[in-house]
Amino acid sequence: MKLKSTILIGAALAALSAFTAQAADTIKIAFIDPLSGPFAATGTSGYKQAQYAADVLVNQKGGVLGGQMFEIVGFDNKISPKESLVQLKRAIGEGIHYIMQGNSSGVANALTDAVKKHNDRNPDNLVLFLNYSAVDPALTNEKCNFWHFRFDANADIKMNALTDVIAANDQIKKVYIIGQDYSFGKAVAAAAVKYLGEKRSDIEIVGNELHPIGKVKDFTPYATKIRASEADAIITGNWGADMVGLAKAIGDAGIDAPVYTYYAANDGITKTIGAAGKDKIRLIHEGRVNPPPTEEYLAYHLGFKEKYPEADITQFRIANALAMLARAMNETNSTDPLKVAGALEGMEYTTIQGDKVVMRAEDHQLMQPISISVHTDENIVLDADNSGYGLVTEKTISAEDADIPPVGCAMERPSS
Amino acid sequence: MLELIFFSLLNGIVTGLLLFMLASGLTLIFSMMGVLNFAHASFYMLGAYFAYTVSMYLGFWVGLFVAPVLVGLMGAVVERYGLRYVHRWGHVAELIFTFGLAFLIEEIVQFVWGKDTKAYHEPEILQFPLFTFFGQNFPAYKAFMLLVSIAIFVVLLLILTRSRIGLIIQAAIHKPNMTAMLGHNVPLVFMGVFGVGCALAGLAGVIAGPALGTFPGMAVVLGSIVFVIVVIGGLGSLTGAFVASLLIGLLQTFAIALDYSVNDFLHLFNISFDADGALRDLWTLSLPQIAPILPYLLLILILIFRPTGLFGNRET
Repeated sequence: MKLKSTILIGAALAALSAFTAQAADTIKIAFIDPLSGPFAATGTSGYKQAQYAADVLVNQKGGVLGGQMFEIVGFDNKISPKESLVQLKRAIGEGIHYIMQGNSSGVANALTDAVKKHNDRNPDNLVLFLNYSAVDPALTNEKCNFWHFRFDANADIKMNALTDVIAANDQIKKVYIIGQDYSFGKAVAAAAVKYLGEKRSDIEIVGNELHPIGKVKDFTPYATKIRASEADAIITGNWGADMVGLAKAIGDAGIDAPVYTYYAANDGITKTIGAAGKDKIRLIHEGRVNPPPTEEYLAYHLGFKEKYPEADITQFRIANALAMLARAMNETNSTDPLKVAGALEGMEYTTIQGDKVVMRAEDHQLMQPISISVHTDENIVLDADNSGYGLVTEKTISAEDADIPPVGCAMERPSS
Repeated sequence: MLELIFFSLLNGIVTGLLLFMLASGLTLIFSMMGVLNFAHASFYMLGAYFAYTVSMYLGFWVGLFVAPVLVGLMGAVVERYGLRYVHRWGHVAELIFTFGLAFLIEEIVQFVWGKDTKAYHEPEILQFPLFTFFGQNFPAYKAFMLLVSIAIFVVLLLILTRSRIGLIIQAAIHKPNMTAMLGHNVPLVFMGVFGVGCALAGLAGVIAGPALGTFPGMAVVLGSIVFVIVVIGGLGSLTGAFVASLLIGLLQTFAIALDYSVNDFLHLFNISFDADGALRDLWTLSLPQIAPILPYLLLILILIFRPTGLFGNRET
């Protein structure tokens, strides 16, 4: 049996390689993200998702322009902006015209500037930047750039959707905000205070706290404080070990209030939080997982799990970015980044989850529905970290309601 | 307010006793060998990771016993074949040796177990709230941590003050040469104390892993604070380590819990400052914000005013 399957796999591989050899003309997409170092887990997870999306959504459907295949090429930037620019140069040197990046807004800021500079100087060798995850609002506001497209919702849009949900809940009268003491934690707190003040001035902010990032050994004192403040809801931008510690302490203290988070799922976090966060931890995100929105998405997700049993689809937007890129190439019948960028502008696309999304031409921010999901082990079809726990979507805010118009984006468009 | 004080008190004691398990081993090793073991907290981390791996196959309770023994054996090996060898080049070499060891262990842990937080959970039998007070739960596991720490303290104290082994250890701390002259194998005592010290750190890791998270940064988060405790308590003093651990544990929890700023304090004396003045950041500084510095501030004050520590009786 084993021998037989080995032979089968061998034959399949041989057929595949022959096939690749035939389709000599591939379209390479550089995936510039941390593939080694402390953030390698997130980077390589995204890399797998990009490869799978390119295979299933583009290549298995016959590629683009009548048979050209997408090839995702990994470039390790070690999450450093400086290293990213070196990798960008390398990618351009290899004749690549499309780059993807997502981890860290610092890197995205450096890349968007470098791409713009490169395109200004080399109008006959253009590069397009597909940002699938860096959420700093500035990238589509004052720093907006014709060659940059963002497929994730930016931090302001997410907070707008989140505060919509809180504002609609009359039970919530007191909100506690806690975050890591650095730029992102502060930005989340500031946005929360701003939007809550605009939407529900009667809500009292009973705590607005920053703790040292990565240095808190025990979150129990913070949980005690949150409990004593009698907060009805908690908002946090925490990630990594700080998120796990906070979620556990809140669970242990028996605080019965929703905890609204940005990053409390997948990559080991869902499994670690486990029962402690059941029906408490909520995640604000694009894309839905449970219940699977469409049959097509279910098949897509299961196919990914079969190929990478240890990984999860954590960033559905990667699939949208690649599918929209393929469509833009087919529509313009070209791989010229200038024409493709033109087709992406204002493109309306229905994702395999059945959502209608629009790439706003004005600032190149994808307008998409935002979901609030709860961490639980009930009604889970597709779990995270193979833990039995996963996210069940409770509420979805439509793209129009979640949207925040750009501020201060004066985009320079190439003349032709 | 009562609720806040009650739970801060409990949390402070739990944290303090956990710190004591680390500090007790460190203070014994320090006073005996004159070595600041920088890798002590790394043994704590190893304890958590070993217990996590064992618990996946044999359950939490087996891990609780096996992991500290493994860590203790590793500690003994490190002392016998590492520290003792390096010792001939003096204390500085030993210090640097443990410093390097700490980094080595951290890298090895990341290499073997990866960088993400491990799903190391409390045993199910302890996953219930022991009691609820003002609507806030006190988990049974925290009580279990409390009990284990107190038991360790009592056993250690009895061994050191009431048993023959304790007598020899005490003697080896104060007069190693004389103890050796009297026919005791002092190097063996050193190895034993180092091993037991590491095993205690490992045990602390085993019981702290599920509560505080099992991740590669867990040693760094706790490492420096343990040194503070050892110095504040007084070198070689078990009682001192115990009191200092509780002091630091309570100090940290209460500092986070009580939201007072310098301004509030000054208001007591009817002094108020211009809210837009140049120094406004200083007046609005709140207790939770300076909580992480407080132990180190205390360390410096102790070193200035009472260099032997609270209970120390040996000048170093």
